[in-house]
Formats: sequence, structure tokens, C-alpha cells
Amino acid sequence: MTQAVKPRDNRAWYLVAPVMVSIVFTAVIPLMMVINYSVQDIFGQSRLFVGADWFNKTLEDPAFRGSFLRNLAFSIQVLIIQIPLGIVLGLGLPKKGWRSSMALVLMAMPLLIPFNVVGTIWLVFARGDIGLGGYFLNNIVGLDINYAQDSFDAWTTVLVMDTWHWTPLVALLVYAGLRAIPDAYYQAATIDGASKFAIFRYVQLPRLRGVLTIAVLLRFMDSFMIFTEPFVLTGGGPGDTTNFLSISLAQLAQAFNLGPAAAYSLVYFFFIQLSCFIFFTILKRF
Amino acid sequence: MGLELQGITKAVSGEPWLYGIDVTFERGLNVLAGPTLAGKTTLMRIAAGLERPDDGKLILDGEDLTGVSVRKRDVAFVYQEFINYPSISVTKNIASPLVRSGDFSEQQIKDRVAELAELLKLGPYLDRLPGELSGGQKQRVAIARALAKKSKLLILDEPLANLDYKLREELREELEAVFTQEDAIVLYSTTEPQEALAFSSHTVIMNEGRILQMGPAITAYRQPGNATVARVFSDPPMNLIPAKQAGSQLVLTGAAKGPRPQHFHEIEISDLLIGIFPHQVKLERQSIDDFEVVGRVALAELTGSETFLHVQTESGRLVAQLSGVHTRPLDEEVRVYLPSTALFAFDSSTENLLRSPEVSDFAHG
Amino acid sequence: MAEIRLVDLNHQYDVGGAYALKDVNLTWDDGGAYALLGPSGCGKTTMLNIISGLVRPSEGAVMFNDVDVARTSTADRDIAQVFQFPVIYESMTVRENLEFPLRNRGISKRDASARAVEIAELLQIDHMMKRRAQQLTADAKQLVSLARALVRREVSAILFDEPLTVIDPQKKWELRQALKRVHAELNHTLVYVTHDQTEALTFADEVVVMNAGGVMQKGTPVDLFEQPANTFVGNFIGSPGMNFFSAKVENGVASLAGTKLLEVPSGTQANGDPSDVIGVRPEFVRWHSTPADQRVPVTVTKLNDVGTAVMATFTVDGATGMARLPISDRPETGPGWVSFSRLQLFRNGDSLDNCKPIGLAEGASRA
Repeated sequence: MTQAVKPRDNRAWYLVAPVMVSIVFTAVIPLMMVINYSVQDIFGQSRLFVGADWFNKTLEDPAFRGSFLRNLAFSIQVLIIQIPLGIVLGLGLPKKGWRSSMALVLMAMPLLIPFNVVGTIWLVFARGDIGLGGYFLNNIVGLDINYAQDSFDAWTTVLVMDTWHWTPLVALLVYAGLRAIPDAYYQAATIDGASKFAIFRYVQLPRLRGVLTIAVLLRFMDSFMIFTEPFVLTGGGPGDTTNFLSISLAQLAQAFNLGPAAAYSLVYFFFIQLSCFIFFTILKRF
Repeated sequence: MGLELQGITKAVSGEPWLYGIDVTFERGLNVLAGPTLAGKTTLMRIAAGLERPDDGKLILDGEDLTGVSVRKRDVAFVYQEFINYPSISVTKNIASPLVRSGDFSEQQIKDRVAELAELLKLGPYLDRLPGELSGGQKQRVAIARALAKKSKLLILDEPLANLDYKLREELREELEAVFTQEDAIVLYSTTEPQEALAFSSHTVIMNEGRILQMGPAITAYRQPGNATVARVFSDPPMNLIPAKQAGSQLVLTGAAKGPRPQHFHEIEISDLLIGIFPHQVKLERQSIDDFEVVGRVALAELTGSETFLHVQTESGRLVAQLSGVHTRPLDEEVRVYLPSTALFAFDSSTENLLRSPEVSDFAHG
Repeated sequence: MAEIRLVDLNHQYDVGGAYALKDVNLTWDDGGAYALLGPSGCGKTTMLNIISGLVRPSEGAVMFNDVDVARTSTADRDIAQVFQFPVIYESMTVRENLEFPLRNRGISKRDASARAVEIAELLQIDHMMKRRAQQLTADAKQLVSLARALVRREVSAILFDEPLTVIDPQKKWELRQALKRVHAELNHTLVYVTHDQTEALTFADEVVVMNAGGVMQKGTPVDLFEQPANTFVGNFIGSPGMNFFSAKVENGVASLAGTKLLEVPSGTQANGDPSDVIGVRPEFVRWHSTPADQRVPVTVTKLNDVGTAVMATFTVDGATGMARLPISDRPETGPGWVSFSRLQLFRNGDSLDNCKPIGLAEGASRA
């Protein structure tokens, strides 16, 4: 009764199958369709193979380049502002007791609001005539804010809105990272006579590396794909000032320019993948 | 009869972890002794059915169990960590395997719980939650739960490792009584030779994925098959010193030569590895034939009732196990004496045992 | 470096709650090595935290060289600490780790570096100075945190909180040796907290045994073994612990199973107390096959050869005791006699001093 064949059990694949199927339907098939569209000219029922034409057009298109650079500038500003601000807030959050719970709840509020509602809130809040924020800045501080007409004001408003919306995420990640540092590390640093800054630099920062990597990645990707809030607030205007990649892509697709829109999406998609990869590789080294 | 393991091999992420283990565990207590990473836990998990061997067979009372799911086996496992159901009382914890099986009446369950509570001294704590117990009590609950169903196979993986030494002592004594009462095949693993010797039961000594020696613990201790067993199955490990036989002389590395011990007279190999148990190393000369080694105190470890004196010598680091508390300053010069009648001889190339000292046989009562 | 005195120390974590520490009075000399030993929950960690400044005692004073620091912050106390698991600055090299406490106190790079090298050599970690601390093994990391605690010359005390917990059993003796060497060379006041008797006894010149928030005994390892002050210490130190047998004290003589063993000093209750017990360590019991004076009749119920000795379980007067006998004694189960080479009388749990053993040389018992 020797068993010549070792018992091998492949039943585990059945458990993975539902996930595989859903990935095929939600990701693989749509992606294949987009690739298919991107190399054809589609108009009604007629289709024409055009090869890389749409890709060339997209890459040469000044509007695409403009949006691309605008997006890049926006993401960089988002990271420069939100990461340090998130760290400062995370460090400042109370550590225990009811104050801690309360601060966490308040902090998490913006994250729970649907994106289009965020846009709507700021649409009203930043108005110079009836919005609380806009009115305050214009009539009490004495500025002249008008995001609907002034391009600098529009850009700044979108940036401030995004910061209000997403910095809490960074702060919460940092807070979680800080909680994971055992008390002994702080105690040791105090005993070693380390200053507050030295504690931050040598105890907290090295141990926040993991969560900060995630925070930078998430914030970069989300800000690079930003759509709903500026769409509601400014609709990409005034002019093209806040016309991000996703907004112009939506306009393109809505006009049934399926071929160019598909090529546009693929270039966009490729760039996001590439930058994620680069970020991850760089951050992993530290 | 019993649990038979035949040619069990196991690799963990490509690295061999167990090399063809052949062993039979009979009813009663079987101790698996060996240092960490010896493969004890893996072997026990395979015996329980929690892991599948890469090769080999597992036969319980004549029935081939290889590949049978752990759920269908009659086995109980106690871990090093104290694992209980945190949200139910001690009573319910102990009763849980009986309730789950559905084969017992309420009265039977009640009786069995009472019996186990008595056996493991849990009477006063039956209504508490595991979180309200001390470490020792938590482990008692886990053991009681494992015993509840009277499984054919009871496996305990270093159950006392996470307890304070006082509790360990106490629980070990109780366990010994428990094991003799139960009609099960009990596998019990430990890293401490002292524990295996205290149980004085059938012992399997493992190291680096292989079985080195099996038999009564005291025999393995007195007759280690090779130098590795002598090192692994003694705490502190046996002192080993390279030596040469020259005519009627035995020359220890770094020590004065002396007359060749009587019990070595049939050994023809000249390159030897000489072994001596720490408790045989003396600070006073007992006989003219003792080998004298001069060294300096490296450390005096005090265990409470004993002192492990580490001495750095020309022959390497020697450890003397002395009764009582002896504090010694570091680097103090010290002479230690190795009685020639207490020496073990191993072949220096194969490290196999050539001769062991004669121990006046101690009659068990 | 400092002498440390704990004066009338009491501590409750919650007002009105149980005392974590009760009436603690201790003096630790400058340059001594001390251990706090006790089971979990005995108050030893609370005591360590009070000394380090992490916990403020409810009552009492913590004197460092006659200055009460009970309400001074950790940073201002000038202590160093080695924790249960290695606490190191992972982004720094070993060298930077060692220089860190010195540089923070404004010591020049050159002096800090010289001192770091000196300590690294003492602990034999000088070969790893350039490595990133993060890449080291657990025991090397713990050596680095030990070294970092040692670099400052002027610390009042160095505190150790079970520092060998994460160390491989086979490597423990090396770290114990390193600690001993450090103490011999540097003469700091060292305080070591542990629940492990080997750790405590090996490390310390004097051990403070604690239980339930109180100090049970402060003494040298030899004292704790040979002259435990109470039954708790008698049982806690040693493995197995001390045997206790109910004693009958009549007319100033304590006896067990009809055998007269101890003369109780005059001035104490001559006719005894129900709590009187005779305590004997298993190591101080010998077995005999024949009766004689001062030999107690027993029944040996079990013999177990553990290689280094024979562990004998015996009963006397209904109580069970253990003896650790040399194999050459060749004991047998059944009726026999035992003699005690060192024994003590305890009343209400405390050792009764000045008892004179009958038929034993003076000084063999607690005198």
C-alpha cells in the first residue's frame, strides 16, 4: 500500500477563482476594450484601424501637455504642503483619553464626505458674496478672492480644498505610525538627553518611514487623478487654469471621441503606473 | 500499536527541516528533547495532522493517517502560548471540545469538567474568564481542555516554556501525575534536558532535523551515542576537550598529561575527544590521577541552588557545576580537576562514543 | 555615580486602590550591583519606574546622594537604562548610537568618539562600529544598547529591565559575562530587575527579593540561599525550593517526628506556636539506612535519577519533602532516615534567629 504519487491538493484554486473572475470582468476586459479603441477610428458603426495615430496626436496635443504639466505641478504642491502638514498634525494629536478620540473623529470628518459634496461645500464656502470663507477674506481681511474669474484664486482654492479634504488622511496615518512606537524608545531618548527635534529626527521619523511611503503614494496618485472636486468647483476654468487630465479626458469621452479618449487614458494610465513604480523604488531604499 | 512515523521528511521554503524521521511513540509519555530549531515543533505538527509531510507515512494503531485532515483525527494540542477562548468562562473553555463533539450528555460534561478542575487545581477559578487568570492558570486551562476529550493522541509543544521557573516546577510535577492517569499517546517537547530527566520517561533526542538517540532519558544522558548528544542533552553542555593517547599516557590539549584512565584501555584510536559532565568537574583534587587544568574565572552563574562556574583555560572554556552558591570574582585564577574515572571518550573524527565512565548502577525503587 | 536611598516609599496607581509598593526602605551603595527579584506583579517594575522617574511615588522620597529626586523628571536625573528589548537608533551606525548621548550633552565629536571606542572595546563590539544598527542580530543590538547606557561617565545609576529576555539561551552567559566585566571595570551603581533567579543572583552583589509590593529580603546570593529571612524567600530561591515541615516546639526545643533538632533561644515563646515550621533545603538533606541521633524517620516514596543527583521524595509526619542526594548515597524507597546539615525555624513565616541546631557544629545553621 505504498503511495507512489504524493498527495497533491489543488482545491485552493477554487477559493481564488471568484476573485480571478471578477478581476477579469472589472479590469482585464475593460482594459482590452480601451486598447482596442485606442488603435481604431470609431464613428457610429464604422471602424478604421489607425495604428499609433491617436497616441501620436495625444502626445503632441498642446492641451494634453498643458493638462499634464498642470497635474504634475498640482501633485507636487499637494505633496509639499500635505505631507509636512500631516506630520505636524499627527504629532500634535492628543495621545490618550477622550481628547484623543474626539480629535480623531473631527480629523476624519472631511474624509467621510462624498467627493462631489466636498466640491459643493467649497463652491459655496469660497464665494466672495455669500460664502463664509470668501466673505471673510474679501470683507474682513481685505483680499479680493474670486475663484470663478481669477486663475490664481481658482488654483489656490482647489489646492486649499484638496488640502482640507486629504491632509487628515496623512495625519491619521502618521498618528497610527506614532502609536506603534514603543514607549521605551521615547524613554531611552529622554535619558540620552535628546532634544525634541532629535527625537523626531532619530526616533519618530525612521519609524514613520513605512506609513509615509504609503501616504506619499496615495496622495500622489489621488491628486494626479483628481476629478470630482475641481469639476464641481470650477469645471476646469477659468479658461484652462484648473483643467486637469481627468477633466479634459471626460470632455473628450463625452464627445464620443472614443479613439483619442482611449489613447489619452492609456497614456495617463501608463504614466501613473510609471510614477508609482519610481516612487516605490526610491522610497524603499531609505 | 502506538503512533508510528515512517520516513517523514519535510522542507520549509526549500530548506530541509526534517530528514527521514523513523520513530514509534507508545502509549504514555514520550519526551521530544532538543535545542530550538531541532525540528520538534514541525514533527509534532505533522504528527497532529496540522502539517503534511513531504514524504513518509503516519500510522496510528495500524491505521494510515497520512493526509487525513486534522478535523477527522482524535488529537489534542497544547501550545507554548496560553491559548484559550477569551470570551467564555474557564468551565466553558474546558467543556468546549465535549460540547462541540455532541457525543456527551450534560451530566457527563459536568462530571468531566469537575474531574479535570480537581486534577489541575482550577476549582476556585471555574467562573472566571481566561483574561482574569495568571499565566500558570491559563496554561492549566489549556491543558484541561486538551485532556477533556480523552483523545488518543495528546501533544504538548513546550507547554511550560513561557512560565516563571517556580510555576514551571509546580506544573511539571502535576503533569507527571496527569500523564500517568491518561491512557493516551502523549508527545511532550522541551528544550531542557533537565525536564526530560525529571520526567524519566522515553525520550527522543533531536537536533537539526534528525533523531540523534532514543530511549530512557537517563540512558541517553549516561551513554550519549556521540558528542552532539552529549552537548545537546546536558545543561550546561558536556565539556569536550581534544586529546591524544600516547602509550600509557593521556594528553589533554592545554592540560598536564596523566595516566590513561582504566576504562580507556581497549581504545586503540589515538586522537580522541574527551568529555566530562560539568557536575564531575571539581575544584579540589580527589585522586592522584585527576587531570589538573589551570584557568581563570570567566563567570560564575548562580541558579539558586547551584553554581555554573565558567573557566577559561588552555583547553577551552570549561564549566563546573557546583552545588550551592559560590561567588567568584572575574579573572581569578582557578584550578579545576577532572577525575579520570569520570571521562568519556569520543572518536575525534566521527565523534562517536568509544567509552563512557562506569556508573555504579543506581537501583530504581 | 550615586548612593540611592528609597525612604518610606509607598505607591498606589489609583487613589484608594491597592498598594503596588508598601513601606519600602532601601539603601544602595555607590558602585554596587543590585537586583530586584520577584514574581510578576510583585512591584519590582513599579520600583524601577520610580527610580527612573517614569512613575512618581504616592509617598516617600527617592534620594540620589542626599537629594530627593522623587519629583524630578527622567531627563534631569542622570540615569541610564537598558530595556527588555533592544532600543537602538536604527537609522544610525553603531558608532553614532554610542556617541549620541554624549553629543546631545555638548561633548566634542573627538571626545565622544574616543569614549565610544573605549566602551565598544570593553564590550567587544568595536568591529561593528561602522555598521547600521538595524542590520545587527538581537544580541548584538542589545550589546549596543548596553554600550550606549555606559558611555556617559557621570550617571547616577544604570537601570536594567529584564535585558536578556530576547537573547538566545546559548548566548545568555556571554551577556552575563559582559555585564559582570562592565561592573568590575566601570564601578557604576547598577540596578537590575528580573523574575529569573539565575539572572538576579549571577548579576548582583546584593539581591532584593520582593513580593506583593514589599521587600522580603535584601542580601547576598549566599545569604538568600543559606539564610532565607522568611518562608517566601526559602521557597522562591532555589529549585526546588526549601522544604517546610510543621515543628513541635516544647520547652525551648523544636522537634520533627519526635526528633529534637533545634534549641529555641531563651526569651522567645518556649512552647511554640502553631505556625512554627522547620525549613530545610533539599541540598542539605542526607539519607541514611539506619537510625541515629538527630536522624528523622521518613518514608521515601519516589526516587528519580536526574543524572547529576537523585531526587528523592519523602514523607514525614504526613508532609512531603524533597531531597537532592548524591548518587553515591544509594538511597532506597521505603522507610529510612534523613539528617539535615543546615536548618531553620520559621515562626509566622519569618525566620527565628539564634536557634541552635542540636548535634550540629556551631554556625551550620542560622546563628
